[in-house]
Amino acid sequence: MLVIKELHKSYPIGDSSLHVLKGINLSVEEGEMVAIMGSSGSGKSTLLNIIGMLDEADSGDYILDGLPIKNLTEKKAAVYRNKFLGFIFQSFNLINYKNALENVALPLYYQGMKRKERQEKAMFYLEKVGLKNWSHHLPKELSGGQNQRVAIARALAANPKLLLADEPTGAMDSNTSYEIITFIQQLNDEGKTILMVTHEEDIANMCKRIVRLRDGIIMEDKIINQVRIEQHV
Amino acid sequence: MFRFLLDRDTWQEVYDSLSKNQLRTIITMIGVWWGVLLLIGLLGSARGMENSFNRLFGDFATNSVFIWGQSTSKPFKGFQEGRRVRLSLSDAKKVEENIQGIDFVVPRNQNQSTVMRNFLSGSFNVAGDYPLLDDVQKKKLLFGRFINQNDIEKSKKVAVISEDIFKQLFEKKEEPIGAFIQINGMNFTVIGVFEESNIQMGPGSDIHIPFTTFQQIYNQGDKIGWIMVTGKPEYNIKQIELDTKLLLRNLNNIHPKDARAFGSFNLGENFDKFTGFLTGMQFLTWFVGIATLIAGVFAIGNILLITVKERTKEIGVRRALGATPFEIKRQIVAEAVFLTLIAGIFGIITGGWILILLDHFYGQGDDATLVNASVSITIVFVALLILVALGTLIGLIPAFKATSVKPIEALREE
Repeated sequence: MLVIKELHKSYPIGDSSLHVLKGINLSVEEGEMVAIMGSSGSGKSTLLNIIGMLDEADSGDYILDGLPIKNLTEKKAAVYRNKFLGFIFQSFNLINYKNALENVALPLYYQGMKRKERQEKAMFYLEKVGLKNWSHHLPKELSGGQNQRVAIARALAANPKLLLADEPTGAMDSNTSYEIITFIQQLNDEGKTILMVTHEEDIANMCKRIVRLRDGIIMEDKIINQVRIEQHV
Repeated sequence: MFRFLLDRDTWQEVYDSLSKNQLRTIITMIGVWWGVLLLIGLLGSARGMENSFNRLFGDFATNSVFIWGQSTSKPFKGFQEGRRVRLSLSDAKKVEENIQGIDFVVPRNQNQSTVMRNFLSGSFNVAGDYPLLDDVQKKKLLFGRFINQNDIEKSKKVAVISEDIFKQLFEKKEEPIGAFIQINGMNFTVIGVFEESNIQMGPGSDIHIPFTTFQQIYNQGDKIGWIMVTGKPEYNIKQIELDTKLLLRNLNNIHPKDARAFGSFNLGENFDKFTGFLTGMQFLTWFVGIATLIAGVFAIGNILLITVKERTKEIGVRRALGATPFEIKRQIVAEAVFLTLIAGIFGIITGGWILILLDHFYGQGDDATLVNASVSITIVFVALLILVALGTLIGLIPAFKATSVKPIEALREE
């Protein structure tokens, strides 16, 4: 599904440069649910951005579903993102003047899907996240948990191979966090591959595998026993 | 690209992002709206002025010069200086035959006379004229007709009087045609009543009688008061004036350099000055209007640039979701074009209202300053096309700005 070999990335800071990723090797199989952990500055977000094709590595290989991701033009990167990836952000990143339905339909718009089809599909995913009755509400009229569910529906809409979540529960109280993570677990149960950056231990424990980063290298990579919410509550 | 323009989603996106911040959208449009308003208002007014000018001079052969005899200022061929010069009919004929580019030469005579009817009388200007005058200085006849060739040949005692005289000498509802008036104690039959034009060219005349009749009753012989020389439109009237004067000096034994012997008023030259002024005003109008328009379009570009900066994050999200740079650019250009177009259309509509108001206040009646103040539909369409083109060009700046930021940086923006 996803293979990363000897990935390096550094950012120039003034005259010197900051070496953020110092040779990452990682492979993720289809159906996995991986938590990437690490303190701030460990390079976990950079890694996720590179996987999300929002950023490019300096050296090393990144192969997504057999497709080498290298030297992409902006246009190609956009098409790949649209086709292969679904993003879930900490701050939701919904477009504030569009209602829930329109937000979910946006990736489909960029796929060139017809309006009617798009809206039907968006409605299907909204229903899936339990927000069918909120489809015409603006983000500001929804709670944080609801907004994140809209964002998840949006990430799902284009039926991506890989879901990338950047601290999806970072801005929520624990109840809402568990609600969202349960949701993500369900998606994983249905076969979606999920990659999640988090710094919360309990959230990470709800994944199936934890990859710990420190100072740009992988410290630990272990398969764990997934904690299900049902046991938790 | 064409499908993009017809796609409902395109305009939905544009509408959404513009209606999100209505105040900003409206302020953005003010510049272009004002520019178009100004352009339409000024062009319409300039056209109105031109129309009213043309209405005033429309009945007049403007490519004309009036020439009359004065007195010599140089001795020549044994004649002393200070000799009175009078033009004669043969002079007029020679001018017509010899000067290049002449349309008509109209000899005229004028005299102040007492005119009586029953017990009413007044002192009026009586002119002896040929039918040709009607071609040079179109008379608007209220009743009857102008002098014709038959009147000239038979030296008929007929008169064409102005509306003013008609009012002074006749009772209301009296029939003027066929009535008699006395000029210099002689009975003349009224054959026509004309309306005085708003503008007088050369000495005014209240009563026109046949030229030949004038010669007889005032005992003028071959002499005439002045001539009106009208050039063909393609000839320069200034040159005709110079040629004519030179010929007249030659015919009357006057020193070729004697500038005072003949007086003249060059209507064509003065008319040209005024039309030049009108053209200048139109040019100024275009200049001001287009400059304002460009400034307005720049204002749109400027505000869109700020908007794009504010929307960095949104644009980042859209790109993360799979919008290609081209799609983002297209969107922003579409917004720019939409804004300019809507602002332009508003400008045209309000400009139209301004012209309606101008017409209401200044365009009514015979002596209106602005006649039919209007702008041709072609100009409106051309202006709109220019706006679309300018909007596209100016939209490219924020469009490129929007995609110059990497999506990752755009997403980090708060």
